[in-house]
Formats: sequence, structure tokens, C-alpha cells
Amino acid sequence: MISEELAFRDSAVHRIDPRVRLVFALLLCFATALSGSFAAPLLALGCATGLVALSCLPLFTVARRLVPVNIFMLFLWLVLPFTHFGEPAFKIMGLAASKQGIELAALVTIKANTIVLFMVALVSTMSVAALGHAAHRLYFPEKLVHLLLLTYRYVFVLESEYRQLVRAAKMRSFAPASNLHTYKTYSYLAGMLLVRAHSRARRVHQAMVCRGFSGVYHCLDSFAFRKADWVWVGILSLFFMAMIGVWIEGPY
Amino acid sequence: MHISEGILSPTVLAVGWAAAGAGIAIGIRKLDADSMARAGILSAAFFVASLIHVPMGFASVHLILNGLVGLLLGWAAFPAIFTALALQAVFFQFGGLTTLGVNTTLMALPAVVCHYAFKGAVRSQKPRLVIAGSFVCGFFAVGLAAIIFGAALAATGEAFFQAAVITVAAHVPVMVIEGLVTVFCIQFLLRVDPAMLSK
Repeated sequence: MISEELAFRDSAVHRIDPRVRLVFALLLCFATALSGSFAAPLLALGCATGLVALSCLPLFTVARRLVPVNIFMLFLWLVLPFTHFGEPAFKIMGLAASKQGIELAALVTIKANTIVLFMVALVSTMSVAALGHAAHRLYFPEKLVHLLLLTYRYVFVLESEYRQLVRAAKMRSFAPASNLHTYKTYSYLAGMLLVRAHSRARRVHQAMVCRGFSGVYHCLDSFAFRKADWVWVGILSLFFMAMIGVWIEGPY
Repeated sequence: MHISEGILSPTVLAVGWAAAGAGIAIGIRKLDADSMARAGILSAAFFVASLIHVPMGFASVHLILNGLVGLLLGWAAFPAIFTALALQAVFFQFGGLTTLGVNTTLMALPAVVCHYAFKGAVRSQKPRLVIAGSFVCGFFAVGLAAIIFGAALAATGEAFFQAAVITVAAHVPVMVIEGLVTVFCIQFLLRVDPAMLSK
């Protein structure tokens, strides 16, 4: 099931104004992604870990969020040391692993995990509704925000329709395997999902028009800056500045 | 198919964002009050379709269906795919914030190409052409995405070239499955609601 299990909780991080979280998520993620040396990402990793700790999220869930990115990292660890030229560190079955390759793999792993931790602490701690409204207040394109909120609204509806279709297939003794019958069944399932989504879209559009929709979407959410938010702006700016400070040139 | 955070060079990230930005701008301009609900709900449907895992030998792959998105949405595929990827990043941390540009481009650009290349074949009156067109549409959409994926890795540094080649090669079976699924899906849509494909 899709759920926003990290969003509806309470902690110091959850109480930060969503606009502050969104802006600093963007700044810190990009600063981490663009740095080419170890110093800045390591500092960022510390900052991200601190934020995750302050947000009081269940550690198991946070660890699970790190799995997909690290599967790809594992693949890079298996390939990069052997394809990057440099002085050999060790040999396995006649293949020399280079020191530079190992360093590059380590750097990429730190950066990737740091960015995911920033995402978990700063973005996944708000609902997508709050994210959309924050983006609207920050002058993101209005139609894009509207599209995001519409999609968010119907993702859960369509997911339950999908589960319903899967249950129906199971009732008819459908057992997935690697054969044409399975691919056909899943295709029809996806097709049915699209047909239902399409007819739902027609009804939703009619309902929107009935309520006077003319293309403008009104975000009624009002965010209020509290004193604590200014403190957070200060702390996070400090971190950001420190990262830029230790940023030593040298992209690969 | 997501490029993880922290790998790509600044140049590649910037090119990805520039291409995604241009595509989204065009797509958004084509979205009006009447097509908004359709784009949003179809974007949600594709998000859910990507949760469908089909078995492939000992492993399983999830459906991508970016070719089909392109056929149904045209240029609006850019904002729709961007939205779906943003939701995936927020819900599951698949992909991320800085690579959202590259990931949007590698999925949505093939979608738009498919829209123009295969729209005619899928709507034709010849059943064989419809089947061939939809297979190539699904196959090609994932193939082009894999090639952009590989090119982004390779452009980041020579060290990634081998990794790029392996990634593209690993997607060949996925391309075949996507081709088959697109064929069946379009056959289904043509029987159940042909008007969906004629817009």
C-alpha cells in the first residue's frame, strides 16, 4: 500500500514551515550532488543524519527507504573499481581493482545516501498536499502544482482499484509465471486501470466544471512563519554555508 | 528505471533539467482547463501501473509503459511523468530531487517521440500494423530510455562507461516485455474504449 507513513507525525522537524523545508531540501541536495570531493558530502551526511534523528522517525522505515538506492550502489561497487584506471589496490581473479575506482564508488555512495536522508527528513515529513501548497507559495508553475495535487488525490483511489483487480484475478486462480498468459493478464489489468481512470477523469472534470472551475486553482492553505522557523532558517543556512565553505574544487 | 542521486556530473544534471524544463513548459502550455483532470488522473494511473511487477525468469520487473503514456498524452507526458516521478521520490525515495530532471527526460522524451512516431500505426485500420506499431512503440520507448540512461552515465565519466553498457544490455528483456504488454494493452483499449486512443 502507498502511504505517507513519515508525514503525519510530530517532531521539531515536522513543525518547520513546509516552505523552509522545501527550499533547504533543494539547496542541500543540490550542494551535495554537485560537490566533487569528500569534505562537503561528509559534512552534509552529518547534517542529514542529525535532521533524521531530530525528526524522530522509526529507524527501520528510514533504513528501508535507503535500500533501493544502495542496490544500485552495490552494482557500482562491483563495476567501478575494475573499470576506473589508476593504481591497483588489490586483485581478484586477475582483475585489478584501482584505488581511484574504490574512492569514486565510496564518494558516490556517501552522496547518494546523504541526499536520500535529506529527502526523508525534509520532504517525506510533509504530506504531498503540504508540499504542493508550499511549492505554490514559492511560485512554482501553477498548473504543475495543480497537476501534482490532482495526481496525489487520485493515486490512492486508483491503487485501491488496482488491488481490487488483483484480488479478482486471484479469485479466478491466476498465478503469475513467466509466460504469455501472465503478461496478457497484467496488460489487461493495466488496460482496465486506464479505462477506469479515463472515465473517472471525465466525471471529475464535469464535477469541477459544475463548481465553476475555469483553469485557475486556488490554494487556500496559509502558512505562518513562527519564531522557531526563523531559527531553523538560521541553522540550515549555516550548514549550507559551511558546506559551500569546505567545498574543494575537483569534480570527476 | 531511475538514475540514483550522487552519481551524475553537474553538466549532465544541468542538461537533464534543461531538457525536462523545456518539455514540461511545452506540455503545460498544452494543458488547459479541460484536459487537466485527464492528465492528472492518467498520471496517477501510470504511477499505479508502475507498481505492477511482472515475473521475468527468476526476477521480476515493474511496468514502465512510457510508450503508452506518450500515445495517450502527447507533450503532456512531460508534466505527467514529472509529477509521477516526484511522487515516487516523496513516497518511496526512488530516484530523487536532483536527478528528477534527468529521470523525467529519459522517460518522457521517448514518450513524446512515440506519440508522433506510432500514433498513426495504432489508429490504422490494418490489425497487423496496429500490433506491429504497438510492439515497436513499447519496445522502443524503453529502449530509448535505457540509451539515454546509459548516455547520462557515460557522459559523467569514462569510469562509468562499462556500467552504462551493462545497464543498457540488462534492459533488453525489459524492452521485449514492455513491447508485449503494450500490444495487449492497446488491443484491450481498442476493444473496450477505442475513443481513448483517438484523441
